[in-house]
Amino acid sequence: MAVVSSTSSTVMNNVEAVRATLYEAMRNDDRTIILGEDVGARGNVFLITKDFIGEFGEARVIDTPIAEASIVGIAVGMAMEGLRPIAEIQFADFIYPSFNQIVGEAAKIRYRSNGEYTCPLVIRTPYGGGVRGALSHSVSIEALFYHVPGLKIVAPSFPDDVKGLLNSAIDDPDPVLFLEHKKTYRLIKGEVPDGHYTIPLGKARVRKAGAQLTVVSYGLYVHWAIEAAERLEKEGLSVEVIDLRSIRPMDKTAILDSVRKTRKLLIVHEDNKFGGVGAEIGAMVAEEALFDLDAPIRRLAAPDVPAMGYALPLEEEYMSSPAKMAETMREMVKF
Amino acid sequence: MNTTITMPQLGETVTEGTVAQWLKSVGDSVDKYEDFVEVSTDKVNAGVPSPVTGTIRELLVKEGETVATGTPIAVIEEVGAASASAASAAPAESAPVPAPTAPAASAPAPALATERPQPGPSSNGSPAAGAVDGAEAEGALRGASPAVRRLAREHHIDIRAIKGSGSNGRVTADDVLAATRTGAPAATAAVPAAPPFEAPDATRTSTYAQPIPGTTVTLTQARRIIAERMVESRRTAPHAWSMVEIDVTEVWKWRVREKDRFERETGYKLTLLPFFVRAVVESLAAFPLMNARFVPADGSNQASIYVNGEVNVGVAIGLPTNLVVPVIKNADKLSIKGLAIAAGELIEKARKGKLGVDDLAGGTFTVNNNGANGSWASAPIINGGQAGIVTMETVVKKLVVRDDDSIAIRSMMNSCLSLDHRVVDGYVASGFLADLKRRLERMGPQGEL
Repeated sequence: MAVVSSTSSTVMNNVEAVRATLYEAMRNDDRTIILGEDVGARGNVFLITKDFIGEFGEARVIDTPIAEASIVGIAVGMAMEGLRPIAEIQFADFIYPSFNQIVGEAAKIRYRSNGEYTCPLVIRTPYGGGVRGALSHSVSIEALFYHVPGLKIVAPSFPDDVKGLLNSAIDDPDPVLFLEHKKTYRLIKGEVPDGHYTIPLGKARVRKAGAQLTVVSYGLYVHWAIEAAERLEKEGLSVEVIDLRSIRPMDKTAILDSVRKTRKLLIVHEDNKFGGVGAEIGAMVAEEALFDLDAPIRRLAAPDVPAMGYALPLEEEYMSSPAKMAETMREMVKF
Repeated sequence: MNTTITMPQLGETVTEGTVAQWLKSVGDSVDKYEDFVEVSTDKVNAGVPSPVTGTIRELLVKEGETVATGTPIAVIEEVGAASASAASAAPAESAPVPAPTAPAASAPAPALATERPQPGPSSNGSPAAGAVDGAEAEGALRGASPAVRRLAREHHIDIRAIKGSGSNGRVTADDVLAATRTGAPAATAAVPAAPPFEAPDATRTSTYAQPIPGTTVTLTQARRIIAERMVESRRTAPHAWSMVEIDVTEVWKWRVREKDRFERETGYKLTLLPFFVRAVVESLAAFPLMNARFVPADGSNQASIYVNGEVNVGVAIGLPTNLVVPVIKNADKLSIKGLAIAAGELIEKARKGKLGVDDLAGGTFTVNNNGANGSWASAPIINGGQAGIVTMETVVKKLVVRDDDSIAIRSMMNSCLSLDHRVVDGYVASGFLADLKRRLERMGPQGEL
C-alpha cells in the first residue's frame, strides 16, 4: 500500500469499499465523472452510487441510455479532454457493444497519438457467477480483454485492495478495466484503511504462504483457494496462494518466485479454461521456469460451455469450489 | 597351469589373422579380460582379451605374421588358479579363445557424427539402501520432471537410484534434495541434457591414437589396406565432385524431439545419420545408377556397369587408429528407426573391436560422416567398386534468404558427393544430390520414425 494517510480503519465489505472509494474520488476531484445505466437516480443496481446525484449533481453523475458503446465512447472523449470518467457497465455480460470503444479506441489512444493523448478512463463492471445470475449475469470477461496491450485489467478480492486499486485505477493515465466480483460484494468483509491510499497496479500479493504448491488466482476464487489451502494445512500439506489482483500487467516476478520455491503451479479461475488467463500464466512459467517445475502445470477453470446454467447443480458444476480446489491441490502436492 | 591362446576367428568367413601388435611381452603379467594382443584381418583390428589372469610365458607368432585361425599364438601361465572362482569356468588349454566379452578396455572410440561422448553408466555398483530395481528405475527416469532432472544433474545424483515418494513412486525434487543431504545415491550424472547443437568437443582429440613425434609408426594391417585401397580407388575411378546445401532444420527438430525417448526405448542414440541414410536410400532408388559399379573389361568381356540389386549402405566410423566402414545391409528395407538401431549395433561392435569381415563386406554405396568434427566440405574417396560416396558435413545455423525473400535462421548442412565418372555424369549425380536435398528438407517432426 502507498500513501496511507490514516492508521485507523473501518470494516466494510467489497461493495461498501467501492462506494467509499468512488465517493472520496468524487469529493476530492471535480474532474471525476460517473456515467452509466441507473447510476444516477437509482444509485446503481447495487446502490453503490446511491445519493451521489444529489450531492454531486446530474453533470457529474450521468444516467445514460442502455447503450454501452455510447457510455464508453463518451467516456473516452471525456478522458481525452482532461476529465476523469468512471464508466459503469451494469453487468460485464453487456460489455460487448462497447468492445470496439475499449479495445479499438481507449487502449490505443496513447500509442496512436505518439503519447500526445492519454485516456485516463476507468470502466467498472460487476462480473462472475455464484449468485444464480445464470446466462447474461454470470460471465467472466477478462480473457477477451487480456490480450490487448494498452489496457490494464484489475480484479480485486479483498475490500482493502478494492479501495487501493480503484484509487490507482482512477489515477492511472491509461484505461483500466476494473472487475468487481458480484459474489464478493457482500460476502467478503475486511478492514479498510481510512483516508486516501493507493496500491500499485501490477503487483500480486501472497495471501497465504506455503512450500509445496503455488496457487495463482484472482477475484472470488482467491477466497476459495485460501479456504482449500487451509483445509490441506490440517493434513500437513503446505500451499501458497497468490492473489494476482492485477491481471494485466501481471506480476510475473511474484509468480516465478513462488513457483521456484514450491516447484508446482495450479492456476484457478472462474473464466473458461480454453485461452483463459491460466493459459498465459502457464505458458509464461513454462517458458521461464521449466527446470524448476516438478509437476505438470495445471489449470482449474470453467468447462468450455457458453454460459453458466441457472439451475443450482449446473451452476455448481460450472464453478469451482473449495472442495474441488482442495482435491486438485492434494493431487498436485502428492504428485 | 598353462593356457594356450589361439588365433581367434574374427568373422564367420575369416580363416586367418595377423598379429598386428603384442601388447604384452614374455614375463609380463596379464589380467583376465585384459587385451594382450591386437589382431587384424582385412580391415578389422581387434584387441584380444586374456581368458585368464597369469603371466605371459611364450609368444609363438611374430608381429606382422599371419596365421590360420586356431593356430596357437601364445601361452599364459595362470596364477592363483586355486583362488580363481570355480564358476568362472576358465577355458581348457586347447580351447579356442572365446569372442571378447569383456568391456572394451581401450580408449572409447569417437562415435558417429552428431554423437558426443556420454557419461558411462553409474560407477556406483552398490547404491545405498533404497535403491530400486531395473524396471522401476527406468520408470523413475521416465517420470522425472524438469526440476528433478536439473537437480539430479547439478548434484550428480542418479535418479534411478532414488526411491520416489511421489505419486506411483515418482522421484520428486524433494527426494533428490533429500538424497543430496544424505549423500546416499551419489553417482554419475544420469540425464545429461543435450544442447541443441552438439559441437565438436575439443577433448575428443584425446581419443585419437597419439604417436610419439620423431618416431616411425609401423602400419597396422588395416592401415596398410586402407592405404592400398585408397590409392587404387583414386587411380582407377575418375573422381568428380559436387556439393549441395541442405536445410535440415526440421529433421533436426524431429531428431531432438525423439532422441531421449528413442534412447530409452532402444538403448541406441538417435543421431542425424539414420535420417540421412533413409533419404539416401530413397534417392538411390530414384537414381539406381548411383547404386552401381563399373566393371572393367577383361580378356573375355567388355567393360560394363553393374547396377546393384541390393542397397547396402556403408557408414564410416572413426576409430582411434583407423576408419572402418561397416555396412547396413538392405538399408532400403529399414525404417529410420531400423537404420538407427542397425547403425547403433555397428558402432557398438566397432568400439568393442568386434566387427567381423562380414560386417564390412558388400557395400554398394557409402555415407561418410565428416561433420562430427566440424568439417564443412570434403572430397571423399570412393570406396572401391562403388559409384559414389556422399558426406554429411557439420550442421550449422545460418541466416538464409528463403523463397519468399524472408530471412530466417536455419540449420544448414552441406552434403558432398564424389562420383565415379565412369559410371555417371554430373547430370545424374547432381540430380541425385538435388533429390537427396528435397527428401531431407521434406522430412520433419510430422513423420514416422
